[in-house]
Formats: sequence, C-alpha cells, structure tokens
Amino acid sequence: MSVIVNQDTRVVVQGITGNEGRFHTVAMKNYGTNIVAGCTPGKGGQTVEGIPVYDHVSDAVKNHGANTSILFVPARAAKSGVNEAIDAGIKTIVVITEGIPQADEIEFVAKAARQGVTIVGPNCPGLINPGLRIKVGILPVHIFQPGKIGIISRSGTLTYEIAWHITAAGSGQSTCIGMGGDPIIGLDFVKLLALFRDDAETGGVVLIGEIGGNAEEKAAQYIIETKYPKPVVAYIAGRMAPPGKRMGHAGAIIMGSSGTAKSKIEAYAAAGVPVAEKPSDIVKLLKM
Amino acid sequence: MKLFEYEAKAIIQKYGIKIPRGQIARTADEVAAATAAIGGAVFIKSQITVSGRGKAGGILPAAGKDAARQVAGSLLGKRIKDVPVKAVLVEEKLALKEQYYASIAIDRQAKSFVALASTSGGVDIEEVSRTEPEKIARRHLDPLAAPAPADFAKMLDRFQLAPDDAARFAGVLFTLYKLALEYDAELVELNPLVKTADGEFYAADARMTLDDNAIFRHPEFAERNLHREEDTPRESEARKQKYSYVDLDGDIGIIGNGAGLVMATVDMVQVFGGRPANFLDIGGGAEVEVIKNGVLLVMNKPEVRAVLINILGGITRCDLVAQGVVEGLKAAVVQKPVAVRMMGTNEKEGQEILRQHGIGYYPDMERATAAIVKSGEGRK
Repeated sequence: MSVIVNQDTRVVVQGITGNEGRFHTVAMKNYGTNIVAGCTPGKGGQTVEGIPVYDHVSDAVKNHGANTSILFVPARAAKSGVNEAIDAGIKTIVVITEGIPQADEIEFVAKAARQGVTIVGPNCPGLINPGLRIKVGILPVHIFQPGKIGIISRSGTLTYEIAWHITAAGSGQSTCIGMGGDPIIGLDFVKLLALFRDDAETGGVVLIGEIGGNAEEKAAQYIIETKYPKPVVAYIAGRMAPPGKRMGHAGAIIMGSSGTAKSKIEAYAAAGVPVAEKPSDIVKLLKM
Repeated sequence: MKLFEYEAKAIIQKYGIKIPRGQIARTADEVAAATAAIGGAVFIKSQITVSGRGKAGGILPAAGKDAARQVAGSLLGKRIKDVPVKAVLVEEKLALKEQYYASIAIDRQAKSFVALASTSGGVDIEEVSRTEPEKIARRHLDPLAAPAPADFAKMLDRFQLAPDDAARFAGVLFTLYKLALEYDAELVELNPLVKTADGEFYAADARMTLDDNAIFRHPEFAERNLHREEDTPRESEARKQKYSYVDLDGDIGIIGNGAGLVMATVDMVQVFGGRPANFLDIGGGAEVEVIKNGVLLVMNKPEVRAVLINILGGITRCDLVAQGVVEGLKAAVVQKPVAVRMMGTNEKEGQEILRQHGIGYYPDMERATAAIVKSGEGRK
C-alpha cells in the first residue's frame, strides 16, 4: 500500500492549457505519471502534448477513468474547479494554486471531507513517489531517489532542500508530500502520519513544519497517543519570525501567543521527536 | 489586512447594526469641532489596529470641546503601543447598561467559521476564555449549510437573557456572519457590544481583518491594502511590487524563493551568529527583473551590510538568477558583500556569470551563510 498514489493513479490536469499547467504536465508525464487528460473550460477538443483536453472533468472520468486531479487554475477559479472535480467523482485532488480565499477553501475542504475525497494543499508542491516514478505536483524530480524516508511538509523549496540532503547522504524517499502553506488545508500531519504508518515502503518520517497554527502540536499528540511505531524527526522554520507578520505563507503567522516555534519544539520534545536546528541535521537525526 | 475601527464601523452600520454617533478627526481643531457637533460627553479613540489600546491609554473621555482639544493633543502625533496615532474617532458616550461580546472568525483548526458570544464583554476575551470559559458560548458554523438566526439564538440559551435581548444579540451574530462572508473577513469582532439604558444594542468597538487572499474580490480595498498601518515603509514598497517581505532588525539581508526556505535561511543566519535584516521571498520561477528588483530592495536598506541569496528550485534557471543578481548590484547605490547559493537548471552557466563579476557562489546554504556572517566581522 503506497501513500495516496499508486499504479492505478490516472491523472486529469485542470488548467492544462495555461503556461504552468502545460509545463508541469510534460514534466509529470516524462517522469512516468499516467496523465490521461486535461481540462480547461472552453478548450475542449484541443490536445496538449498529445493529451486530450476536455471542457469538463466528468468527461475525463467517463472517457479515461481519471481518479486523481491536479489544479493549476487561477485562485479565483479554484473553488469551482475543486467542486467540479468532486462532483465528477475524482477521489484525490492536488491543489497547487496559491492565494485562494480562505472562505473558498473552507467550503471545498468541507465538501471533500463529506464525500470522502482527499485534498492535498492548497498552495502546495504536490507529491512524489520516486520508487513508483509517480509525481502529481511540481517537485523537481532529480532531487529525489527511491528510499525509505517519508517526508511530510508545509513548504515547497524547504522540502527540496531536506530531500536533497537525504539523497546526498545516499538514502532516498518513499513518498514526499507537501501539504500546503495555507491556514486551511485538506490533509494534515496527523492524517498523513497514519498513511505513512501503514506504508510498507516507509521506514521513518520527516515532518517539516513552520510557525502558525497548531498542526505540529497535534502531530506530537498523535505520536504519543498511538505510540507511533516508526522513527519521526522534525524541522521547524520561522524560529526568528516576529509575531503578527505573515512569513510568505498565509498560514505562517504567530497570532498572540499561538503558533510559535517554541510551542512546537516543546510539543515534539514531549513526544520524543528530535528537532533539527538546521535542514542538514535531519540526516544525522535519522541516523542514516 | 486589519481595518481601523472607523472603517469597520462604517461597514457594520451598512448592515443595520447601530454604532455610536461619531466623527473621524486628524487635528485638535477637528476634534473640538466634532465634540461640539456631537454634544455632551465623548470618547476620543486612537485609530490604531493593535489590540489593547484602551489599557495603553489610547481611549480617553472628554467632557466638552475644550477638554477634547486638550485630550487630542495628548493622542494625535503620539505613539500608543509603539504605533503613531494619525487619527482619532470622536464618539458620543453611550448610557450603557450591559457589555457583551460578539465575533465571527475563521478557526483554522476546525476549518470553519466560528461564532463566539459572551455576556462578559469589554474586557480581553482571551483572558475570559482562560479564566472563565463557561462565560463564552461557541458555535462552529457548518460550511455547507447556511446558519439561520435561530441557530445563533440557540447558542445564547445558556446566558438566559430576556427574550428581546436574546433576539437582538442573535440578530447581531447573524449579521456579522453574513458580513464576514460578503467581505471575506477572517475576523469581525464587537467588543464590547453594548446594551444601552433604553434597551438598544450598539457596536461600541469593532475590529475587522480582511483575508489577504481575497482582496482581489474587493477592488475597493486595493489601494487601502498598500497603506497598512502594520507595514513598515519598506514592507509597503515591497507589497506594491508584489513581494513577500518582512523587515527584521539585523544587518544581513536575506533573499530566497519559497516561504519555508527563506524562513530557514533567516534562522540559519542566527545559528551562525548573524542577525537577519529582513525576510524576502521572491517566489518560484524567478525572472531576471524580479531578482534584480528584489536585490535592490534589500541592498538599498541602510541597515543592511551584507546580502545572502538562497535560490533552490528544479525549474529555476540559475543563469537568469545570476544575471538578475548582477543587474541588481549594478543598480544599487552602495555596494555590499553578497553570497549566492543557487541550485537548479543551468547551474554551471550561472556560476560562471557570478565568477566573472566577482560575486561569491556557494553550493550549499550552510557555507553561504557562514561566509556572509563572517564577511562583516572586524567591521563593527
């Protein structure tokens, strides 16, 4: 059982005809991802790199059995795009789009949860499984190689940094997933830790967190309560961030006394999760 | 984006919630005139968006127009909680009987809006929630089923208010919810929501924070968004250029791509004994112009004595990054030491461009950080 994607993953790219959508469609396809269709309203009938484009996601489901979608649509169109994918019966939706209004996110995340649909993101780099050579996202593939380490992250480029250290040390990744930098996201650390626990390919997990919210505190609590059976190590960005300022990500903000790096580090300490001071220290903490 | 009290109240009033009679004033003369126009005793309230302004002496009473003029002098142009007071709201003093609390906010953990209500208003609500949690009613709102006024009435049951008061209170909550959705507010809070001697409900104070991600849906705030009280002048300039930028108080300028990586770079400078001067995330797929202007923004900050650039991306072209850095340095008023770490497409070409211009290139962020922190040693 792999995490979220597997050999049956058939992807429809929403927003395939835009620059970003087109570029990453080619990159995903070249890596080995099974891209079956694209979707852009009003552009049905065209092809992009030989991939058929439809007006509606439902046509990609009907004609190609698409079960996973990835969104490169503008923020203002994201809510209707996600809702359309849910209504079409897509089971996993990866939302790359950044800058989606929170009220929209609240609505489609709730709708997905109610219908048993998995949302990755929004404002995320997606995910990659180097062993299966499947990528549903924008991650640079040359940084990754097959291995035993699972990575769950709130960031994009910081994930690449840490994955690169792991690869350079001669190890590799089972699945690497960016869960998104917004305050409202679909999958979180807790749900993903559960998936990695049941993944035979994963021997240890890296949690890359940052200031804002309490996702790390919840993860620590979960690790304690379930006596999590695999080694977990962590990194937290934003130790030096001033309160009240948004540090790039909409979700990376200390509000009052909540969301500080200190609180997260203490929560991990209580759960026996070592926290790296620098990204490169992750390798040492993993005892690779 | 945080709105000022007077801005929030203007919106709230449009939705039919009563607000005290008041006028905004920017000079002592305007304050005196406003006081005379309102008549009787007034409150003079500093228009700053930080919380706790009342306790910090930012809200003062005045009995008439001469007293008001004096009070204005002690507020306008002064700093309250380290924020300069540029305007005050002069408001009638209400004959208050009860002070309640009402708010609608986004609860990121619950992934929904939450309504909060209390009959202990007018004080720090976080304090109430810590010490007397039973005095706060809380209701999470189903994102897929619009709540009705009756739902809000139900959450107020525990306070055993008179039926009239409960209906009014619920009406206020329902209105706030409607308003939060229509304005894309992450927070709209009335503290206190006052019941006056004649039984009316007034928003005596109001706070409102708009969702930064939704400003595009509210073009009327586009200009206002560039003039935020919470921004430093350089942050304001960066916002205009669509950069994600935060001022810090050190002397090492920091530029990178991706929020997490830039935060990690800021942290690493500290680990190596340096003090970061800023956070600047130039985003993905950087073009020459974006790099150049980012470099300029940081280089031209007087407190910056050296700059660390950390770019990591599969698709980012290092030759373009290098070119942007070179052009930025050329345009900068004062030259300062620069260390560049970059990884991505055309790494060798980028490296060569930097070498030709004598700019320090490093293959990893630790060596780049160590070099830039060291570059200033002996100068201070």
